[in-house]
Order: sequence, then structure tokens, then C-alpha cells
Amino acid sequence: MSKYLLDKFLYMVDRDPELVERYRSTPDELVTWWEAERANTVLNCHTSEASTWLRFTDDEREALIGHNHVRLFELGAHPFLTLTLFIAMFERGNTEPLEYQKAFGARLAHFDMPYPDIAT
Amino acid sequence: MASIVAVIASTHHPFYYRATTATGDDRPPFADEWERKILAFRETLTRANPDVLVMVGSDHFHQLWLDNMPQFLVGKAPFYDANWYNEEREFGLPRMLLKGQEDLSAHILRAGLDDGFDLAFSNELRIDHSVTCPIITLRPEADLPIVPIYTNIFAPPLPQPKRFVQLGESIRKIVESWPSHLRVAIIGTGHLSLELGGPRQFGPHGPDPEFDRRAVEWIATGDLDNCLREVTLDSLHSPGNATHGFMDFMLMMGVAGAGAKADHVDTLDLFHTMEAYFTWYPNGAPA
Repeated sequence: MSKYLLDKFLYMVDRDPELVERYRSTPDELVTWWEAERANTVLNCHTSEASTWLRFTDDEREALIGHNHVRLFELGAHPFLTLTLFIAMFERGNTEPLEYQKAFGARLAHFDMPYPDIAT
Repeated sequence: MASIVAVIASTHHPFYYRATTATGDDRPPFADEWERKILAFRETLTRANPDVLVMVGSDHFHQLWLDNMPQFLVGKAPFYDANWYNEEREFGLPRMLLKGQEDLSAHILRAGLDDGFDLAFSNELRIDHSVTCPIITLRPEADLPIVPIYTNIFAPPLPQPKRFVQLGESIRKIVESWPSHLRVAIIGTGHLSLELGGPRQFGPHGPDPEFDRRAVEWIATGDLDNCLREVTLDSLHSPGNATHGFMDFMLMMGVAGAGAKADHVDTLDLFHTMEAYFTWYPNGAPA
């Protein structure tokens, strides 16, 4: 389980408009590319000083490629990061205010307290 | 020595700016009442005539990240750029540039370290809506120098609630010992009950109106005893999964002091969350 890497993906994609669009339109391509080329980046460090050990589990990769925010919640991805990025990708389809945000919550209705642990 | 002319605690709702600048059909029905309450709240700061603002908030995974996460961080820089691409995208917030008050930053860092808080610092900090929302609501001219103080309410493990209160008490003492003639307002923002990215988000009210009612009572009356008795890191999950932001209100209760009744109290029951606004005048209300 690599909750940290899930969060790192959500964090790094969310802050880059180009990556947000790529993740929205071609999630398989974007997740595969990101894991190969960006997952081991140490932020604020020179590219030659990357980490060597970070990779997704199959389950995590599948959840990301499937835009499966319910599974990401279950896996303990930070819900603020997931929500922010998914709003960026899918709010544009709203036909009334907060339509996507409410549907996002409704899809999680089967979770009771305590929610999955988000500690990394 | 410096004087603390106002202590202010508030929620920071990132939709305020867009809601109250919208016109015509785009203007939501609650915008007028919200704006009226904010203008009254703003007046409580204006009347205090501050020279410097200490701004307590929390970075929302913008500059501070899990590879290097401070618990409490003080900005010390001559300027602070503000707001981030994803805040422009989601909330329509404008980019801003705020001046820093480096002498007070240095004083808070030195005295805080000497008072038992191993404060982190940043000499280049881009601040986010936890600080810019209260600038927009309380001082939209954005003309006063600031000292930003960030707390970790977001990425567990978090400091205990009592530690937030103690830091607030320490900040009060430290600012009062700053050798300066300047008038300081200490402003902090947090949340009442709040759910983000979970099943209870974006309901017609905050996720736990009963928690909100008790929380407003604790803050308005300075009831730190009951607040600290009932609030734990575990208990804060129950009102909503982002309710740990309430600990920034607890920090501000520490600044205001145990038993200090707020001079201004107001709330607004909105979709998704309850808004709450508090002002204390430690030296008495300005004439």
C-alpha cells in the first residue's frame, strides 16, 4: 500500500493544467507515463537525484486509471486531494450548481465512520 | 511594546469572493446576506486601526507537502505572493501580493523557539486561501504588512488540540513583547464541522449542526475548559472529515485568552458549512 504515492499523483497532477487535461481524457496514458517518469521525482531536487523505489500497487494503478474516486477513498488517498482534482476534471459537466460535488458524495454514501485511515 | 488591537477568528469560505462579486443571474440568493455580515465583520477590524496583521491559517497542500511537512511554520519574507492555480480554477480567487513584516516574523520565530515551540520558517512562501480569504473579507485593500503562520490541520499525524491553544497563548505573549509602537491585529481562520471528499460533503448545512452550535458557544464565551475536554484528535473525525481545521479556532481562543468573551459574534448557516465570525478587543472596544 503506497498511500503516499497516490497522494503524490493527485497533488502533482492537480497543480498542472496540462496534466489535469491529460488525466481527464487519457487516464491510462497519463498514469502509465506519470508512474514511469514522475513518481520518483523528489520535489525541489535536481532531476538526477530522484528516488528509486516508488511504484503503485496494481490496485492503486487500476483505481487511478479508472477515475475510481470511491476506490481511492477506500484506499486512504487524501480526500481533499481527490476531490479537488476530480472537481477540476468533471465539474464542467454540471447542469446545476454543485451537481458533480453532490454526486461525488452520494457515491460514497455506503461508508460509515470511521473512514479509511489517510495517515501516510 | 506593540499593542494587540484586535483578535479575530473566522471561517475561510473560498466561495465568498465569487458569490459576492457575481451579478444578475449568476449571483446566488444568499450573497446579499453574506455580504452584509462580512461588511459588519470588516468594520470590527477597521475600527481597531491596525498597522500589522498576524495571519494564522493552513496551507492546503500547496507549498507544503508530505515530503517535508512542518507542524507550525512562520513566514519571514518581505513579500508573499498569494493564491494558486487550482484556487483560481475552482474558486475564482484573484492573484495577490502582500507585504511582509519581517521584524515581527523574526521576533515571533526567536521568542517562539525560546518558549518551547520548534517553529519551522519559510523565506519564500506563496500563501493560499486560508490567509487570502480573510484578507478579502476583512481588509480587501490588502495594504497592511502581514506575518503568516501556518498550522498543520491536514496531514496526520497532527499536533494535539491543546498544543494549538498553547501556541495561541504564546503568540499573544510574544506579540505583546515585540519592541515596537505598532498596532497588531491577530487573525486566524479555520473551520467548524466540515466534510471534504466524503459522503457528507456539500449538504444543505454543515455536516454536524450540533457540533457547530457548541463550537460557536465555546468560542464566543472563551470556554476553553469544555472545548478542551470534548475535543480530541479522534473526536474531530465525527463532525466531518475536515473538522480538524477547528483547531485553528482553538489556537485563536488561546490568543484571545481563557474566559474572554468575544465582542462581535456572528454566524451564517450556508450550504456545506456554517460560517462564523468573532472579534475580541483585548484593550477594550475602540471608540
